[in-house]
Amino acid sequence: MGEEGLIPHLFRTEYRKIVAVLCRYFGFAQVEAAEDIASETFLTAVQSWGIDGVPANPPAWLYSVAKNKAKNYMHRAGIFEKKVSPVIKAAWGAGVVIEEVDLSPQNIIDSQLQMIFAICHPAIAAEAQVGLALRVLCGFGIEEIADAFLTNKETINKRLYRAREKLREERISIEMPGETDLNERLGPVLTTVYLLFNEGYYSVSQNNTLRKDLCLEAMRLCTMLVENEHTNKPQVNALMALMCFHASRFDARLDANGEIVLYDEQDPTLWNMDLISKGAYFMQQAAKGGNLTKYHLEAGIAYWATQKEDTIEKWENILLFYDRLLQVEHSPIAALNRVYAQYKAQGAVDAIPQAEQLQLTGNHFYYMLLGELYSGMNLVAAEQNFRQALALAKTQAERLAIQKKIARLQKG
Amino acid sequence: MEEYLLLMRLDILTKEAQPSPEQLQVYMQMYREWVSGIAAQNKFVGGKGLSTEGRVCRHNGVITDGPFAELKESLAGFIIIKATDFEDATAIAAACPILGGAANTVEVRRVIAHDTTAEEK
Repeated sequence: MGEEGLIPHLFRTEYRKIVAVLCRYFGFAQVEAAEDIASETFLTAVQSWGIDGVPANPPAWLYSVAKNKAKNYMHRAGIFEKKVSPVIKAAWGAGVVIEEVDLSPQNIIDSQLQMIFAICHPAIAAEAQVGLALRVLCGFGIEEIADAFLTNKETINKRLYRAREKLREERISIEMPGETDLNERLGPVLTTVYLLFNEGYYSVSQNNTLRKDLCLEAMRLCTMLVENEHTNKPQVNALMALMCFHASRFDARLDANGEIVLYDEQDPTLWNMDLISKGAYFMQQAAKGGNLTKYHLEAGIAYWATQKEDTIEKWENILLFYDRLLQVEHSPIAALNRVYAQYKAQGAVDAIPQAEQLQLTGNHFYYMLLGELYSGMNLVAAEQNFRQALALAKTQAERLAIQKKIARLQKG
Repeated sequence: MEEYLLLMRLDILTKEAQPSPEQLQVYMQMYREWVSGIAAQNKFVGGKGLSTEGRVCRHNGVITDGPFAELKESLAGFIIIKATDFEDATAIAAACPILGGAANTVEVRRVIAHDTTAEEK
């Protein structure tokens, strides 16, 4: 890599590692101190590299500077004896003498996994969790997080501040849950990873690079869970499969102008075959074990979406998965999608009454679906519904897609 | 030509002043351009970045951390340049990119030559 973009790249990959490892020494209550040290390390790097040039191994350089800063912090705050020692004793057993902050690859991985569980603690609000995960687990800048949530830096800073307060109040410790709690604690972890992915995949933010990064980060976190023998559970593999299948269409779903290309109009040669086959692999792994989670069902739907050919078999399978998904966890959007699958499998005549029953009159997807269903049989009703959808649409990309639909109706 | 020491001090405590990774990248590039611009005029003698942590030894064997704990500004780096006079040195220092930050400073000090008679005029 050249020097162009080097600092943001290193920040993205190394900041979170430094924070996770330091938190293991300082305790989670000191997460802010760990973040400050990591930030300061980058400031020192820029100052020094600006004069001397970039060193041969930038991560090693950062680790060594961070280690010294951490040592100094522990010494300065006098917390090594009072606070750090008990934390370390608890984590590694008494009698362990800590000579130096351990930034070895294994300790980095272990620390990050523990961090995932600590941040995805049920006591923290979901919104704050995703923000904190982006900051501490993914190394996103405050501005980027604000951009992803379409809000400003102050709001994000406040949200993160409250989340950190909560971590302190609840005395959430940084450790892996035991085997007995594991399945229960994995739930919120997977929810956060899933939210992170959705934030990128369906986000209203116009910044496409950022959106793709969010998806890739969610997949990276999930990969860490898959690679650890304790957390390599069927539901984790199912979530991974789901994300691989969806991400395979990332480059096909936006055109050169950043406008959404609807599924039907996507060029399948732009679909990432590598991700599709990875998804299939994780789906196989997910099938081990009897428990069928919503991630299994959504992965099943996402798998059929990777089959471009419009067959009855495809849509009947998708319909079946949606039926079961609605039993496991009902959501209006899943119900809408189920009707679309029914339309594709059984025709508009059967699907229209099902759709109208939903009465999601505040939702533009509802009207988009009705517009679609009426398109083949009642052009006036179709256009009315698309116009309702247009009035309710949230993003410019959606409005453009709906306008295209209306234009096509009018052409006949 | 005389030698001048430029001391770069950064405000490291004001949270709002902390730059984003992208700003840091820009800052590093500007910094390198500044340094290589000085070198291109054959006025660069040397310099280093400094770590923010440190110790201060005081009278009677007292050693303290700091001095940053009490100060907002931390000495972040130094360079030595060659300049014709204070004005020339100050003009170079004034172009230092850290001055984009409100609370940052660059201090300019002339290095006292050991043998002033050998000085080129």
